[in-house]
Amino acid sequence: MTLQQIAELLNARVVARPDKLYRDISFAFASDLMSDVLTLEQRKIILLTGLANIQAVRTAEMSDVSCILLVRNKKASPEMIRLAEEAAIVIMEYDGSMFKASGILYNAGIQPIY
Amino acid sequence: MELKFHIMGGDFSNAGSASSEIKRVLKQINVPSDIIKSIVVALYEAEVNIVAHAYEGDMVVDVQPDRLIAVLSDKGPGIPDIELAMQEGYSTASPKVREMGFGAGMGLPNIQKNTDILNISSTPGEGTKVSFTVFFKPKS
Repeated sequence: MTLQQIAELLNARVVARPDKLYRDISFAFASDLMSDVLTLEQRKIILLTGLANIQAVRTAEMSDVSCILLVRNKKASPEMIRLAEEAAIVIMEYDGSMFKASGILYNAGIQPIY
Repeated sequence: MELKFHIMGGDFSNAGSASSEIKRVLKQINVPSDIIKSIVVALYEAEVNIVAHAYEGDMVVDVQPDRLIAVLSDKGPGIPDIELAMQEGYSTASPKVREMGFGAGMGLPNIQKNTDILNISSTPGEGTKVSFTVFFKPKS
């Protein structure tokens, strides 16, 4: 499933790197704990998080996470967007909860990591 | 090639900038992407540890043809019991560090998982030195 399809499915706003929406996503990981994100070995991951700070973007950069979906109507700061643009990470903002986004993506065939 | 970075304790807005620079360099010299990921995750964990726990520190990264050697030394409270700190889930992180998404007691174990050789030495009240080596060989 592409990030474009995910954005449409969730009606999410793309706020960084809209040029990378062609990326294919296989897995989703839902966490506010970046320590756990840093233990993931998979690629083609979308990260669902309510942690809207610069370290979420840094963690995505180091972990090769393709896209951050900010849940619970959290907004990406200008600093987050600047860093995501540099590191080629897509950021989307979503009004619903982490649980709701997880359910929709799971139903659509996105795989859990474990 | 040797790269040096100074890291300030408490400076969360810049935490990860040194690791990011190393990632860029490793990509340029065509290190395999899974090895790059292991290296930068270990570097970032170590960098965040300095920001989270120490007053200041230095990261020195030596990129050799077949391996990367990193040394991160800090001035800070040190680790009284390294064996305990290596256990998953053990953490002395402040609430502020936890708000940043860290402090779950996963950092040092994750550095060990992502490196081939790891040495940690510490003097309580003075500081900590974390050294690791990662070889650029494909993972089995």
